[in-house]
Amino acid sequence: MNEYKPTIGLEIHIQLDTKTKLFCGCSSQFGEKPNTHICPVCLGLPGALPVLNEKAVEYGIKLGLTLNMKINKESTFYRKNYFYPDLPKGYQITQYTIPIASEGFLEIKTEKGKRKISIQRGHIEEDSGKSIHTGDITESTYSYIDFNRSGVPLMEIVTYPDIETAEEAYHFLVLLRKTVRYLGVSSGDMEKGALRCDVNVSLSKSNTMGTKVEIKNLNSFRSIRKALEYEIKRQTEMLKNGEKTIHETRHFDEKTGATKPMRTKEELNDYRYFPEPDLPPLLLNETFIEDIKNSLPELPVQKEERFIRQYSLSDAYAYEIASSIELADYFESIAKATGKPKEVANFLMGSIMKFLNETEKTISEIDFDEKKFIEFLSLLEKGIISKGIAKEVIVESLKTGKSPKKIVEDKGLIQITDENKIEEIVQQVLKENPEAVSRYLAGKTQVLGFLAGQVMKKTKGKANPQIANKLLTEALNKIKQ
Amino acid sequence: MTITDLPISSLINKLRNKEITAREVIENYAKNIYEKEENIKAFISLDIEKALKRAEELDKMDEKKGLLFGVPVAIKDNMNVKNCETTAGSKILKRYISPYNATVVKKLKEENAIIIGKTNMDEFAMGSSNENSSFFPTHNPVNYDYVPGGSSGGSAAAVKGEEALAALGSDTGGSVREPAAFCGIVGLKPTYGLVSRYGLIAFSSSLDQIGPLTKNVKDSAIMLNAIAGFDPHDETSVNIKKEDYTELLGKEIKGKKIGIIKEVMEFNIQEEIKEELNKTISTLVKLGATIMEISIAHLKYALPAYYIVAPSEASSNLSRFDGVRYGLTLQGENLTSTYELTRTEGFGEEVKRRILIGTFALSAGYYDAYYLKASKVRKMLANEFEKAFETVDTLLLPTTATTAFKLGEKKSPLEMYMSDIFTIPVNLAGLPAISVPHGSDKNGLPIGIQLIGSWFKEKELLQIAYAVEPG
Repeated sequence: MNEYKPTIGLEIHIQLDTKTKLFCGCSSQFGEKPNTHICPVCLGLPGALPVLNEKAVEYGIKLGLTLNMKINKESTFYRKNYFYPDLPKGYQITQYTIPIASEGFLEIKTEKGKRKISIQRGHIEEDSGKSIHTGDITESTYSYIDFNRSGVPLMEIVTYPDIETAEEAYHFLVLLRKTVRYLGVSSGDMEKGALRCDVNVSLSKSNTMGTKVEIKNLNSFRSIRKALEYEIKRQTEMLKNGEKTIHETRHFDEKTGATKPMRTKEELNDYRYFPEPDLPPLLLNETFIEDIKNSLPELPVQKEERFIRQYSLSDAYAYEIASSIELADYFESIAKATGKPKEVANFLMGSIMKFLNETEKTISEIDFDEKKFIEFLSLLEKGIISKGIAKEVIVESLKTGKSPKKIVEDKGLIQITDENKIEEIVQQVLKENPEAVSRYLAGKTQVLGFLAGQVMKKTKGKANPQIANKLLTEALNKIKQ
Repeated sequence: MTITDLPISSLINKLRNKEITAREVIENYAKNIYEKEENIKAFISLDIEKALKRAEELDKMDEKKGLLFGVPVAIKDNMNVKNCETTAGSKILKRYISPYNATVVKKLKEENAIIIGKTNMDEFAMGSSNENSSFFPTHNPVNYDYVPGGSSGGSAAAVKGEEALAALGSDTGGSVREPAAFCGIVGLKPTYGLVSRYGLIAFSSSLDQIGPLTKNVKDSAIMLNAIAGFDPHDETSVNIKKEDYTELLGKEIKGKKIGIIKEVMEFNIQEEIKEELNKTISTLVKLGATIMEISIAHLKYALPAYYIVAPSEASSNLSRFDGVRYGLTLQGENLTSTYELTRTEGFGEEVKRRILIGTFALSAGYYDAYYLKASKVRKMLANEFEKAFETVDTLLLPTTATTAFKLGEKKSPLEMYMSDIFTIPVNLAGLPAISVPHGSDKNGLPIGIQLIGSWFKEKELLQIAYAVEPG
């Protein structure tokens, strides 16, 4: 057991998915041709002024409320001054003394149970442009800057140093991402930079906090978990050897899985924060906040719990289905239309998920709607197709878009329920497998499964399994007598 | 009487009645420019050809529409004019061609004004004499040995020299009113938020305000009609009902209460300026106004507070001039040296001084003692003015403590800063104020009388100004 207790804090930048940027009318769309979504404002041309995007404020409030935070009816914008080529004004407009949202929490579930992670603040700010270096940053002769990202709205969420394990940090981020996607306020895609996370970690034996180390360059949740695990181990070993950790920023190396020193905190800029004179304080009225509160959707955890209650889903299925709003909505509409939530969940988590994973598609990209699902379940219920064939039918329908009925007809997949036909095949199987028969007769009844399998094989899975089993048992018992 | 003697309303009447053409107007002003510009040096860039072309277009119009139809205007070079060089008087922006119009420029164009050129100014509006221009100093048309004031010195000189009929300036601590006083014309600084700042190259964002420089008070009101109004591109512009600022001109001012600020009189003021102030008081009394003494107790703290707030904001506003995207670039061997070389070469001494002061004042550990304290002084001043305006309609004081000084005469920055002691409190409180020419000193240099109004009371302010304006 580790006698040194880690203390972890997270700073998460979430790009708000508004149509336009935070302070101008340029599109905030990701992945466009560089420097095509720019104007005097987001380029910081002389004389240009910022105008606050109301939608970004709304999204910020949505996220704040969902994270159980207090929404401040008066908040202020500040300038954070520093020089960098991708920061066109030489300052970033952000919030400082009073953010839009403060003091909240997010409850996570880990193997050890539920835990509330406290959140200190959530503030709105603008993103910088994107620097693109040729090759390695230290050797690059030129840097290119794409100002399409300049001025894209961000909400920065800062947790208290409340997290104790890499596992908890991971669960927190997974739930946060799920939440922003549920709210529709951000894509939460780390690979597109829509969610970026810096991590602070310190270790201590006592209740006083240890020396804080910041980790940067964390490009996936997996990296964050790995970096934290590495860092906790590194600091523990240092402390055990009587060494002191230093206040520094470390860089995570994806290849080696190690962190290495980047710069010590002493060299940090003095950002010379002061109130942004171009923007009056942000005043929010109660109705505006109330309207947003009333428009909040059901959240992942609530939905998960409701699915268990309402549809008697297993914990695992409820968690998986509720992990994405698209999946949850799909499930619920089909479950309601068919009245068979459990069957729907089974096929959704089985054949459909398998298909989605293999084809790298999302649920919204497939064409297996309510009508097809109803038709499909009725084929199954009426015994027209067997459970085994059912999987094949779903996959075929997902692939081709054809209706289940049409597939069954075209491929002749209708289940054989004619006892005479099955009896004929049973007799054939018994004849071809004398060894298995004698083993059965000697009391090894588990051989029945093998024989049933042979029947299914001969009928290409079309034989009704109950009938096949019944006839097999009868035939064998006859021989026994 | 020649065309260039005509004030705005008379000129427009003649144009509408087709007594003269817009082309003739521009030709007459161009003649003045050819004759005098060599000595005055009011403009950084001039485009007479373009102005003539525009004039011809206007002459072809059947309907002579627009509040400023055919009026030749000059624009201070810190306001963006699309496809024109916009330098803010700085080497760092030399040859910078703006891709967009400032809101005020757009409005002037919509009112069919003709832009004749961009005027010289103290670099980034930091100065009171135009001697801080990166390019050349402007001379006072009244006497070429004297400064025209600043920072809108080019605009004031262009109007006084009749090189333009009206001009736009910007006023952060007196930069419209002081040059207006020095050159003997009318300069108006509107309430903060009345005129959009979009497209004005920021010096101190919470203090900057664009205002007109004109021959007389009525022209000032007409110009304000053209440029005032809410702008969705400027969050500090105020959404109030549109007014006609000429409405009260000539209406009697009987019963108006005029305040004299006790603390102003404690400063050392040039004798002839005091005399003109007293003459103004007599005029006001004759017209039935009441004169009252009021107190703005913290007036003397205005100057130090200003020299914290303005440089602080400037240090941040001027960060964008880094040689990366536009303007002057001196390539160093790395990023930091590129910044250093560019900014060392591109900025003048006064600009650097203010960037240093501002950077210091905002630094961690000093912020509370300087910036925060200065902000408190601002608030106190505003409160004192608010209280004063509960009793009086308008405040009367000199625009400057002295008349114009000679080029090169003022040596220390502090001496220069003192030029604005009576104008700065107005910006700190966000109030409207106007400088009206009133007589001259023994050297024939003009004297300016300042009137301060309550917030958004420009109509009433202009009414009083019109009443005291010498015939």
